[in-house]
Amino acid sequence: MSMISHVLVANSLITAFAVVGILMWISGAISKYLTFGRIHGSAIAIMLGLALAFLGGLSTGGEKGVADLPALAGIGLMGGAMLRDFAIVATAFEVDVVHARKAGLIGAVALGLGTVVPFILGVLVAAAFGYTDAESLTTIGAGAVTYIVGPVTGAAIGASSPVIALSIATGVFKAVIVMIGTPFVAKMIGLNNPRSAMVFGGLMGTVSGVSGGLAATDRRLVPYGALTATFHTGLGCLVAPSILYFTVRAIIGS
Amino acid sequence: MTISGVALLAICTLLGGFLGDLLGAALGVKANVGGVGIAMIFLIAARLWLVRRKLLSHGLKTGVEFWGSFYIPIVVAMAAQQNVVAAAKGGPIVIIAGVGAVVVCFAMVALIGRLSGRVETMDEIEAREAEALAAPVPHFKSGRIG
Repeated sequence: MSMISHVLVANSLITAFAVVGILMWISGAISKYLTFGRIHGSAIAIMLGLALAFLGGLSTGGEKGVADLPALAGIGLMGGAMLRDFAIVATAFEVDVVHARKAGLIGAVALGLGTVVPFILGVLVAAAFGYTDAESLTTIGAGAVTYIVGPVTGAAIGASSPVIALSIATGVFKAVIVMIGTPFVAKMIGLNNPRSAMVFGGLMGTVSGVSGGLAATDRRLVPYGALTATFHTGLGCLVAPSILYFTVRAIIGS
Repeated sequence: MTISGVALLAICTLLGGFLGDLLGAALGVKANVGGVGIAMIFLIAARLWLVRRKLLSHGLKTGVEFWGSFYIPIVVAMAAQQNVVAAAKGGPIVIIAGVGAVVVCFAMVALIGRLSGRVETMDEIEAREAEALAAPVPHFKSGRIG
């Protein structure tokens, strides 16, 4: 037993790859067999990750979720700021400028609204729950944009870990509602053509939420929604820790 | 070479991080301002430049795309090391902010759709394309978007 844990501790990053891989695999199976593909495997994996962090936090009493367990310390490196930023930057490689132009003005308007409107809502809710500092307000607001923008913003402006966890949970919850709710409201909001799918992608943002929700509505709409949604996180990461943060700071005057 | 892709990505990330720090210092905050976004813009620009010069090799692409495809697992790892116990004490804020954001955005999709007028639905586009295929008109190019 101690030999096994020695191997796990000595190869902590490799252990993290294996653990997250197994987690993704289980999530894929849950997505396929329990939700019939309605909830994306990646969203389930993130929820499982948060659940594990909860259990880890309970058992160790620490602040870093499962990364406080010695054998899983590699999760801390894998999910840390360095590799996270590296991987997010890499996703920009898939952005096709020609395709982006096709989304056009209306996609850009939707993107702008999709960043600012959820942000304002998140900030207001956070304020209603008694948060008063600009860092927490901005981070929770950014979490209402997507579960990536929340932690990226929180890390950039120095929010506390509980607030960052709150912003991730908000973003993940939003993604899950988008996935489950989209097929039910599709008719009402006119989601039956490529243009509205692009508007939808820009407004909703979360790629897993948008692609999952559109796939459950009409598979043909997925690429259009994903096209604008891929810009959403980048835009959020750009404006939330900068313009939006400064605006919040200016308004509350600290 | 695969390493050239990873190196390109690394250089863009470092450059973005550096400029983000500079921007933060210029704005008077002890934070990195938009470093990730700036790095993404560099990478998009680099990709365009490489494509134009026909320098975008398979290895280079693999090096970047591997890391791009790694982003969901990394986010899962990120989720697994958050202070969820503390967040759980926040409780209803997650539900209210999450539901609120989705409801407002659904409403805006409907609003933008109404305001910008009617367009062909996916079914109509497919029907039109099927018709165009069945009876090809000379000099007629179907406006296929996909």
